[in-house]
Amino acid sequence: MTVVEQKLLGLNGDEAVAYAIKQVNPDVVAAYPITPQTIIVERFSEYVADGEVETEFIAVESEHSALSTCIGAEAAGGRAFTCTAANGLALMWEMTYIAASLRLPIVMAVVNRALSAPINIHNDHSDSMGARDSGWIQLYCENSQEAYDTAIQAWRIGEHPEVQLPVMICLDGFILSHTLENVLTLPDEVVREFIGERSFPRVQGHLGEAEFRLDPEHPITMGPLDLYDFYFEHKRPQVEAMKRALPVIEEVGREYGRISGRTYSLLHPYRLEDAEIAVVGLGSTMGTARVVVDRLRSRGVKAGLLRVRAFRPFPAHEILKALSHVEAVGVLDRCASFGALGGPLFMEVRNAFYDSAERPIISDYIYGLGGRDMSMEMLEEVFKSLEEDRRAGRPLELVRYIGLRE
Amino acid sequence: MTGQKSAPGWRELPHGAVPYKSSREYKTGDWGVLKPKIDFGRCTKCTLCHFYCPEGAIRMRGDGYPEVDYDFCKGCGICAAECPVKCIEMVRRG
Amino acid sequence: MSLREMAKQPDLLAPGHRLCAGCGEAVTARLVLKAVRGPTIVTAATGCLEVATTIFPYTAWDLPWIHTAFENAAANASGIEAAFRAMKRKGRGPLAKYEHIDVIAFAGDGGTYDIGLQALSGALERGHDFVYVLLDNEAYMNTGIQRSGGTPRCAATTTSPAGRVIPGKREWKKPIDEIVVAHEIPYVATVSASYPTDLIRKMRCALEAEGPAFIHAFVPCPRGWRFPSEQTIALGRLAVQTCLFPLWECRLEEGRPRYTLSSPSLSIAKNPERKRPIEEYLEKQGRFRHLFRPERRDDLIKEIQEWVDLKWERLLEKAL
Repeated sequence: MTVVEQKLLGLNGDEAVAYAIKQVNPDVVAAYPITPQTIIVERFSEYVADGEVETEFIAVESEHSALSTCIGAEAAGGRAFTCTAANGLALMWEMTYIAASLRLPIVMAVVNRALSAPINIHNDHSDSMGARDSGWIQLYCENSQEAYDTAIQAWRIGEHPEVQLPVMICLDGFILSHTLENVLTLPDEVVREFIGERSFPRVQGHLGEAEFRLDPEHPITMGPLDLYDFYFEHKRPQVEAMKRALPVIEEVGREYGRISGRTYSLLHPYRLEDAEIAVVGLGSTMGTARVVVDRLRSRGVKAGLLRVRAFRPFPAHEILKALSHVEAVGVLDRCASFGALGGPLFMEVRNAFYDSAERPIISDYIYGLGGRDMSMEMLEEVFKSLEEDRRAGRPLELVRYIGLRE
Repeated sequence: MTGQKSAPGWRELPHGAVPYKSSREYKTGDWGVLKPKIDFGRCTKCTLCHFYCPEGAIRMRGDGYPEVDYDFCKGCGICAAECPVKCIEMVRRG
Repeated sequence: MSLREMAKQPDLLAPGHRLCAGCGEAVTARLVLKAVRGPTIVTAATGCLEVATTIFPYTAWDLPWIHTAFENAAANASGIEAAFRAMKRKGRGPLAKYEHIDVIAFAGDGGTYDIGLQALSGALERGHDFVYVLLDNEAYMNTGIQRSGGTPRCAATTTSPAGRVIPGKREWKKPIDEIVVAHEIPYVATVSASYPTDLIRKMRCALEAEGPAFIHAFVPCPRGWRFPSEQTIALGRLAVQTCLFPLWECRLEEGRPRYTLSSPSLSIAKNPERKRPIEEYLEKQGRFRHLFRPERRDDLIKEIQEWVDLKWERLLEKAL
């Protein structure tokens, strides 16, 4: 396959997602407006109003119902999409676990926003991090282009026969959602061919073999009562499906690269080969960090970065390979985990190295809560303290707060 | 309850926790102490016992008379209480 | 169709479920399913019916069935219905081959009056073509008899116990039917398993209605109301005969709700002397025991009778 001709459109992150979903043309989109996700719902409603999609758009009365509606639609064998942010995701919380446990490959865009209280509409990752154990695949995007590309790949990943899990596309509120970028878009038919038709695992139900979906001709029961004699056995396959998603995310990212020229993986390293100090992080901040790395490199500092695209499943093995040689690693967490040792990404990254003989110095940098900007100067500060840690041979502080007034 | 050791392991169970047995395989007939006994001589084939049975344990036979499936009857006594001609009696199981 | 013919229909709720002996929900669900007319998908809210019919690895449902949570049966149904509609429009997808699919949502009083009211209201407002069946046994029975918005005044539950000071639940039952009718949906009806032909006929009307339909089933619960299991049907009948739970249906005709009394209630409307006193109904249930023992609470019985009378009069104003 060769790279296809693409159309350059000026789209913000939300519009990029809406445009991709228009091309996917799912059966059901059920969503509820919440800043900064609202543009996705608005644009998609316009596509519906103009007859550009065949989707049933359901303007539900809450986020809980948004996901419940998607669950019903996917259980009936349809494709369903929703999107939300912050409190909306928190209201969905119950249903996120249920969607994943029912093995329904719903796709949801989470336009990352800080959780209340106090109420705040700006970006941090406390919303999606709260859902990190719900059983959803989580892919964090760096820019609008990636949001578009991921909103297409997500269907292939989630619906993969080995996976069958819902996928959360995370993009930073306002920083991506409301910022106009040039986005290369694939032709509709290429998108539709890429995602293909949804396929269903076969199951042995009480009335014989059937596809895993609600069908009057081959009835199955979904969502039974499961007690201590079976519940555990039903959780274990979810663990396995997550593991299997790791190579699938890579495979789909490569295949997507062949048609679009943009290849995606679990991790996206930058100037890491010979780096002595590096930052690890998620989302749009890593775009800024790339500029800072270049700046430091021009001054002779051996700096690098590792952007984690897949936080769930967590690519621990790949992280180990990517960072083992680095002397001091700073993990950037746009989320505080109250009462924990550090932020969620820090805990994962640091844990990945526990059994490793080669262990970098690893410390945590909590930043950007409630949309506080992470400037290049702040990132330089991070690298500067990493350099100090490197010289000291230990983290001088395990958790630092960047951009916080003392 | 299925014994934990004899039950299938996680690899063998159907995808997505789909139940693989009909409740027909689970007999509830030993729940109660009473069971209905029908006096067919008086039965008018009105079918009400079939409709009122919470278990669906009373089937209407081809000849129009009801037949109780004691494998499932929990002995609630609704059929006896509701029979318009009082031709059903609740008797002790034995 | 006559009862004899309907009796020949295979049961779609199989025996071997683990609802209590004499369970009113089991009778009601069986009767509701007797009305199924073609390809159907069922969704159920968390509750006794859901729990006791699908204890893994067993299931009693011989139709496609899904449960996800407590408060969202109407939202699940919305999604199923919308997916079918989208597939139909596209002419592709696994359900596209069906001419029509009926969607039925079952929920209890907790899942309807209380936690599920928002999802229900949203689905009714959006006009999804589905039938919502409220199985009203007037308390959270699955968690052990706690009061809900559907619990009647004075009923003792585990969270509205009859104590030395407070005689059971203090609030009146929420007027759920009026709330639903206010959504101006095509069809609303009250049913009781004690009147099977009426129930099955109304359920069929609900399925045939284009758009949302609501069936409010009055469901005596031997365990929660504390009465012997063989009296489930008799007690349901008494609720109708006392006019505590009149049977009626309401169709939206030219933008106006048109109430019609069903024959058991219509005959009382025409012959008011047939209306039985509420005391006959109350005294048969342990949950109202404190109205009679250790001393008779005539004041409360009278209050309940007046409430029943008022509600009945208000219904007659609308239905006659």
